[in-house]
Amino acid sequence: MNIFDILGPVMVGPSSSHTAGAARIGLMTRKLLGAEPVEADIRMYGSFAATGKGHGTDKAIIAGLLGMEPDDMRIPDSFSIAEKEGLKFTFGTADLKGAHPNSVVLYVKGKNGRERKVQACSLGGGRIMINELDGIELNCTCEMPTIVVNHVDLPGRVAEVTTMLSMLSINIATMSVYRDRRGGRAVMVVELDQEIDESVLNILQNLKGIVKVTYISTGGK
Amino acid sequence: MAFTSLQEILDTCEKEKIPFWEAVLADDLNERVVTREDSRKQMAGLWKAMWEAAESYEENERSRSGLVGGQGGIMEKYLAEKEPLSGAFAGQVIVEALKMGECNACMKRIVAAPTAGACGVMPAVLVPYVKKYEPEEEKVLDALYTAAGIGQVIAARAYIAGASGGCQAEIGTASAMAAGALVALHGGSGKAIVHAAAMAIKNLLGLVCDPVAGLVEVPCVKRNVVGAMNALSSADMALAGIESRIPPDQVVDAMKEVGDQMNASLKETGIGGLAGTPFGKEVAENFLGK
Repeated sequence: MNIFDILGPVMVGPSSSHTAGAARIGLMTRKLLGAEPVEADIRMYGSFAATGKGHGTDKAIIAGLLGMEPDDMRIPDSFSIAEKEGLKFTFGTADLKGAHPNSVVLYVKGKNGRERKVQACSLGGGRIMINELDGIELNCTCEMPTIVVNHVDLPGRVAEVTTMLSMLSINIATMSVYRDRRGGRAVMVVELDQEIDESVLNILQNLKGIVKVTYISTGGK
Repeated sequence: MAFTSLQEILDTCEKEKIPFWEAVLADDLNERVVTREDSRKQMAGLWKAMWEAAESYEENERSRSGLVGGQGGIMEKYLAEKEPLSGAFAGQVIVEALKMGECNACMKRIVAAPTAGACGVMPAVLVPYVKKYEPEEEKVLDALYTAAGIGQVIAARAYIAGASGGCQAEIGTASAMAAGALVALHGGSGKAIVHAAAMAIKNLLGLVCDPVAGLVEVPCVKRNVVGAMNALSSADMALAGIESRIPPDQVVDAMKEVGDQMNASLKETGIGGLAGTPFGKEVAENFLGK
């Protein structure tokens, strides 16, 4: 752990896992949706379901969906802000056998009509992991600039993306590929050492067999 | 590579002829590949956030469960009217610890140090110290590096979260960090810093994490007080020249061993200890049943 993992993060209390991590899960879900969310159905599991209310986990997730970082002082008021900004939400519980005890599933719909299902967990210290995206299991911590590519599981798709990144002189730090079944829907999670701009995403988006490209930036908001 | 023992930091200090905080800072620059200015700026930002958090307290606020809130205000009133048994300075430490613990429970913005549950310990000793002795801000930042270095070693050898090692790991680590920071601020040697940290951990060894209804409220808010007061006495002992008989790194290892043996019901599960008392269970049922 680096010294700013020991001192910090600056966050709205009371819990780094149940509040700060929950806000980050909401924020990353918003980024994965790539649009302002207008509907959210949130199902909590384990300790999130049992003690989430007392830790403001619900308020923190909504705050994240509204684009707030874990240190945003408006987190306690996120429900009323959601109402103003036109985000409708419901909470429930989920039975996720074998999942991390601080897990949550979010069904979200964006202003552009796009829908996403995200399952994520809070690991402690404000760190999180996306465990499932639209029904495909994956592992993504969102701690580095990350490109998430939904594609069809056919030969050459991974090579297309990596070749294009190499031509653009973008170094891949880590990369994982997941699919629901052979020849089915697949996801690439590509972590980078540097931030990239939208033009790169547009290039990737236009490659053959690429369904959707989403970018999770770590800088700014 | 990040330090994995307190002795290693002391050895580096001796070899390079640098103070404790400088060794920690140099290691940070190396680890994260950042400039000295960037690192100092980030630390200054944390200190500012800590100070602002201390000032954000509102005594009328209550936590969502209603269990905590207002105690910092009660203590402050007592301090204004009477000379506390533990003295005026220690009285301020108690006030700040309660306030920050309650700020956290009431969803205010705080600085996790090392965790949100223990966020009151460091500011509880630093804020009154700065008000009384008025050190230059750079000195305070040096003390924060000192504290972070101690926390880093504890995280590497043992743990810093209640869910992993009980409250000894959480408030215990915060107390060790605060003790080291105080010694650094008050001009103590590197050796005194690590012995203050070791004594602070020793005195909280075995402390369990037993939050009522699993919330960071009872007993967490008041445990911040004990962590801060223990830091104060440990720092004073170290500044007086008293050492931990058990070598500091071995104390950290003992904390790990005790934490490993601790029953899961006493590690932030809200089952054992105070959470398991009839009152604790009643709160859990009333609150969670809603």
